[in-house]
Amino acid sequence: MAAETRLLFRHVDDPQLPNLEGYRRHGGYRALRRAFERLEPDELIETFEASGLRGRGGAGFSMGKKGSFLPHGEMEKYVTCNADESEPGAFKDRELMLKNPHQLVEGCAIAARAVGATYAFIFIRGEYWEIADVLERAVGEAYDAGLLGDNVLNSGRRVEIVVHRGAGAYICGEETALLDALEGKRGNPRLKPPFPAVQGLYGGPTLINNVETLSNLPHIVNNGAEWFKGFGTEQSPGTKVVSISGCVQRPGNYEIELGIPSREIIYGLAGGPPEGRRVKAWFPGGSSAPVLTEAELDLPYSFEALADAGSMLGSGSIIIADQTVPIPELALRTARFYHHESCGKCTPCREGTNWTVKVLERVCAGEATPMDLDIIAAVQENIIGHCLCVLGDSMAMPVGAMVRKFRDEFERRIAGTAPASAALERDQQIAGGEVIAA
Amino acid sequence: MSEREIPGHLIRPTDELSTAERRELIASMRPEDAEGVPELSQVDVPAELREQIETAMSRYPQLRSASIPALWAVQRHYGWCTPEGIRQAAAVMGVTPAFLESVASFYDMLYTRPVGRHRVLVCRNISCWMNGGDELLDSFCEAAGVDPAEAGHGGSSADGEFFVTGFECLGACDIAPMASIDERYYGPLTGEDALAAIEQLRSGAEVLSEKAIVKRPAAGGPEPEPDPRVATGEQEAR
Repeated sequence: MAAETRLLFRHVDDPQLPNLEGYRRHGGYRALRRAFERLEPDELIETFEASGLRGRGGAGFSMGKKGSFLPHGEMEKYVTCNADESEPGAFKDRELMLKNPHQLVEGCAIAARAVGATYAFIFIRGEYWEIADVLERAVGEAYDAGLLGDNVLNSGRRVEIVVHRGAGAYICGEETALLDALEGKRGNPRLKPPFPAVQGLYGGPTLINNVETLSNLPHIVNNGAEWFKGFGTEQSPGTKVVSISGCVQRPGNYEIELGIPSREIIYGLAGGPPEGRRVKAWFPGGSSAPVLTEAELDLPYSFEALADAGSMLGSGSIIIADQTVPIPELALRTARFYHHESCGKCTPCREGTNWTVKVLERVCAGEATPMDLDIIAAVQENIIGHCLCVLGDSMAMPVGAMVRKFRDEFERRIAGTAPASAALERDQQIAGGEVIAA
Repeated sequence: MSEREIPGHLIRPTDELSTAERRELIASMRPEDAEGVPELSQVDVPAELREQIETAMSRYPQLRSASIPALWAVQRHYGWCTPEGIRQAAAVMGVTPAFLESVASFYDMLYTRPVGRHRVLVCRNISCWMNGGDELLDSFCEAAGVDPAEAGHGGSSADGEFFVTGFECLGACDIAPMASIDERYYGPLTGEDALAAIEQLRSGAEVLSEKAIVKRPAAGGPEPEPDPRVATGEQEAR
């Protein structure tokens, strides 16, 4: 039987955990004291690097290494926490911030200490209004207790945390677009290099990390790098909060050790699809991840295993589609999202997402020709790698994978032999109990 | 020559216009299109709004970072980002109204046109769609009196009470199908819930108290026995 391994979600059922007192009762802010009183910034960065902690926002880059890229010296540096969680399927940061806001506040302050930053910004999506309220309350409590402000823990050092609410744009989760948005502009991505670690917010060196990544820092500071490596696999140490949703019986956030079989998460923890149905396609890492099939359910859930399978762990968000879900409509829903959220700066993404939606609408309406499938594939190829950021790629990869892996279903739809709508297919499914195989 | 008719406008490339037509077009442009930073002394800014914007400005190393908080303040004050409100915020921040307009028009949650008082955002993305998000959007439209044809991009009820819109992923796939009602999350919702929520909003009652996300128990399952490694680490921390 699959089990959770709760590190970040430890004591999550304690209703007092969001309060400073409750958090402290479970050992909170000890790591901050250690980081300010007993450890030097370089030691902190070395510990993070040695722990093997990989970024939890999607790219999976070594957190410590990223921190080490920031130059030393007397310039203004910044920490930015990416809490703009907007990837379809992802909702882990929401839960981490709602249930344990101080863990993130402590993580941000530790990161600020490690890179020598005065300001740490938490960029939270505007839709999470009530979650931002919870965070602001926690930040206020930390200020009042002398854990933030001009003189953190009487160390003479200053750390300010500002909760910055966005206003509804997926693109702001892209790190350079986030920086533009934080500078008060439209959230358009920047050309890289220079990378934010060298030239980021207000032109200063900036460390950008996801909520979950930063939430890990207090635990690593308390227990050390070796202890952290005792969880997960060699290349993916630690635990991961996995958001699982779609056609499953118990959707939610589960904290697991990286490397357990995907099937254990999908069936063991989330209960699998409703009775009598089977997994048809699944996104292992949010809607940007190329879809996998039922045959791939036994893949270990780790950065490396999913990359080897041609997909990615991404933000750790599993979306399950069972056999009642028609793939062309799924592709259309996916493409529409990226079309809506494209900032319009780069032509391949702006036009490519638009045309992909139009062609998929033709497919779903039964007005497409077999050639359209090749057009979809060609458009995806012309997006990937040709833009400032990966928003377009994030549509191209899953849509490309759907057309590749379920091509016969697309062809049957075009030929008019596959059911036309989700509702129709679902009705037939329920009425006849017939299994429409992928 | 390409021409496209949209209600009230005829869009044509400007190089195909006659001299007289071009002169007329330039004359028709709003004077504020050409204006610079408004003088604070010449703009009447409500004291409360000014204080909110100045507080936001003081929190950042660079004041332009306050543009989104300032626009949020404008929207709270006027119900939407009115041209006059944007002008006031621009005067307080010392930026051009055009700059703030460029920001406001970029973000989905900042409205540059009047919208209904209560805002209902219904998620239509993958997980919500698979669980009936489209039908939920229809139910909200029907209950609130919003034209479902408009709801894809947002429509308001005739009485100005409700704004209902389909929305891209709101980050709550675990409670699909779900909606954000006046900036609070609720789910999973049925058609009856939509009806009840609209009635509760009308009467000023608490909205769907049982379905609020803040009241939802944490994570997936019950708290498991602590992993010995986690517990050891905790012991050492003490």
